[in-house]
This record gives sequence, structure tokens and C-alpha cells, in this order.
Amino acid sequence: MLAKRIIPCLDIRAQRVVKGVQFDAVQDVEDPVHLAKRYNDEGADELVFYDITASYEERRLFTELLQAVASEIFIPLTVGGGINALADFDRVLKSGADKVSVNSGAIKDPALILHSAKKYGDQCVVLSMDVKRVDGRFTVFAKGGRENTGIDAIAWAKRGQQNGAGELVINSIDTDGVKRGFDLELLEAISAEVSIPIIASGGAGCIADFVKLFQSVPGVDAGLAASIFHFQQVSIADIKNTLFAQGIPIRR
Amino acid sequence: MLAIIDYGVGNLFSLSGSLGALGIDSQITAEPAEIAAADHLILPGVGAFGDARAKLDRTGALPSLLEAVKRGTPLLGICLGMQLLFDESLEYGVHAGLGLLAGRVVPIADDLEDARKVPHMGWNELVIAKPCPILKYTKSGEHVYYVHSFYARDCAGSTAAWSDYGVKIPGVVQKDNVFGTQFHPEKSGVTGLNILKAFAEL
Repeated sequence: MLAKRIIPCLDIRAQRVVKGVQFDAVQDVEDPVHLAKRYNDEGADELVFYDITASYEERRLFTELLQAVASEIFIPLTVGGGINALADFDRVLKSGADKVSVNSGAIKDPALILHSAKKYGDQCVVLSMDVKRVDGRFTVFAKGGRENTGIDAIAWAKRGQQNGAGELVINSIDTDGVKRGFDLELLEAISAEVSIPIIASGGAGCIADFVKLFQSVPGVDAGLAASIFHFQQVSIADIKNTLFAQGIPIRR
Repeated sequence: MLAIIDYGVGNLFSLSGSLGALGIDSQITAEPAEIAAADHLILPGVGAFGDARAKLDRTGALPSLLEAVKRGTPLLGICLGMQLLFDESLEYGVHAGLGLLAGRVVPIADDLEDARKVPHMGWNELVIAKPCPILKYTKSGEHVYYVHSFYARDCAGSTAAWSDYGVKIPGVVQKDNVFGTQFHPEKSGVTGLNILKAFAEL
């Protein structure tokens, strides 16, 4: 049986791990290689590196940083941010990424999922989606949650699966940063409609949130979080010990 | 020197990084002379079987690889590199493997009786079926990282460890000096490093 995964997410700007607070003010956290090593040692099952740089030069440095991380961290690496074309897949896969996460790039060009899955395999393509309730309907937002696309989230998830996405990251804008738990209602709605692995994101504030996530929505395969790990509010080892005690399959 | 066979499939940062972290000297090469001189060989691989087999043939490295294995040099195939060790694969047509291990590579989905997600992707528990030198630091119940849609079948004789995914997925296979792991040891944390270490100590 596959173990449920705990995944820290590292937002990278100017070769540093940063954390956006309330979307705008960005706080410098740590050296990425150092933090990635800490998570590797604490038992993280996978790492997500998210490129939030803007310039070409910064993007080149991000790619170099990836190579350094991949040479020192021996768990799977997923890379997202700025993935708009097959050339971006190529760039990060050649630098040590195992999986590539697309978000706005797939909204602009839905064929990107199809083409990348054909070229690199389904297991390589992760569709990440930012979802918010609009008039009671789960709706996909683009550009880091700033732009309402009007696309129905459940339809988008199904289409992503049909096009060959191997995994979904469901990030709830409604629960993100609130730290009162994952968006179970949204996760349940999507997991009822797709059969590919689902990574839950947005809202984790304590260990009990992870227990509740895996117990309430069996279709969820992984829980992702950033700041609670960065600021050591919750340790990965403590989450795993608690999940294990509750009979939830995890890697220890 | 350990040689990682370079035939243009997959990135090798983690694999060479893992060996480096263990203090094992390695080189990534397709040069027949370097392969012949190596004391250990690793055949990596991701992607589709037929394509990988064709690329491997094109390097011209295969005769020296097979010759070295015949002389007793330990060989470790990883993921698709392990699948290539078998007689044949049914991935998009029938493709001949290297025939170093008896068995065939078939789609997981065809043999599943319940609805499970394919690819088999993630951390699964290893069940050790019989002693194997590359598992000397590994215990049953440890997790390893898999990513694959096809698996080896009809290979009970060489299966040293497996994982349960509705079907028994052979995780570690061995016959004499030929070894294979369906999972990625270079992505399997400390458990994976221990397997690479045990292999390099042969």
C-alpha cells in the first residue's frame, strides 16, 4: 500500500526561500539547500520548489540552484513556477526535477498538459490549481490567485486528468494562510471525480489538520504546507508519528 | 571506479549525487573501454522501453557491458534499467530486452483486480523474500520510491524483494552478479542510499 506523503513547499526568489505574508510583503526565510536538507533529514517524502522569480537571469540562477539541490537531496523533487512551454519542462527536468507542476501555463494553453505528458510521461506532469468559491461554485484562479478565470474547478481537474496530468495539487485560496485546516469540502468534491493522486494544499495549521485530512478524504494522497514547516511550528516527524499512531500508512 | 551507463535517458544528478554522498567514485560514460575497466556498473533509465533499448544499442556500449557482466562485474539496473535486464517487454509493442534475467515486462493495469491508480507512484513498503547482498542494510517494512506503469512478471526465481500494489511488484531482483531495483534508490532516502552502498561494496 502506498504511504500518504507529507510535502514541504519552498517558494524561491533570488536564490532564497521566501514566504509571502498576505500576498504582498515577502519575508526572507532561509537558504534553500540548507532548508531542503533539513526537510530531507526530518522525513519529508517529497519537496516542491516553486520559482517566483521574474527575470531571465534569476531564472537561470534558479535552475543552477535546482542542480545543487538534486545533487544533495535524495527524495523526489517537484518544480513549479514559470512553466509555460515544453522548453520549461526540459529546462527543469534536465536540472534535476522529477516532476513539473503547471498552473497558469495550462490555463493559457490547455494543450501544454497533453504535449508534456506525451513527451515526458504522465508521472512527470502535475496540474496545480488555485481554487476559490465564487457564488457557491468552486472556481479556478490564475496568476497566483489574482485573476478569476471563470473555469469550474471540478471540470478543470477532470480535463487535466484526461489530458494526461499524473497528479493534481489542489490549493484552496479560501483556506490558504488561515491555518484552520485543509479545505475538506473542496478536496472531497474533486477526489470524487478524478482517479489520479491528489495533493492537498492550503490551510494546514497543526498536526490534527493532517490527521483530519487523511481520515476524512481517503482520496487525498499527500498534504502540502510551507510556513508551518519553515517556522518550525509543526515538525514533519511529529506529524508522521501521530499519523502512524492513527493507523494511517506513512513512511517513517 | 563505478560506471553509470550514459545513454541519454533521464537526469543523473541524484544518482551521481547519492554515490558522491556515500564517498563512491563514479563516472557517467558510454565508452566501451571505461565500461570494461569499471568495477561496478549501473544501468539507469526512465521513459519507454523500446526507445531506451534503441538508444542503448546506438551508444555501442552494449557489447562491452554484456562482456563485463559475463566476467562477473556486478551490474545494477534501476527502474527502466532493471526492466531492460529481462527477456522482453510488452510496452507499446513487443521489444527484446537484454535477456540477463528470465521474465517479461507487462502493464500493471492489465493484472489489477481492483481500481488503483497507475502509474504506481510513491513510497511503498518493501517485503524481503530472500537474502540478497544489496539488501544487507535493509529490513522488510522500509519504504522505497516507485514511479512506473509496467512491471516484471514471471520472475519469481530472481525476486529478492517485492511491494504490494494489488499485484506483487518485484522491487529487487537478482541472479548472480546481475541486480535490479524497480524503485529509484537515489530517490528513496536513507533506505536507497543503503542499497547503493551495499551494491558498491560487492
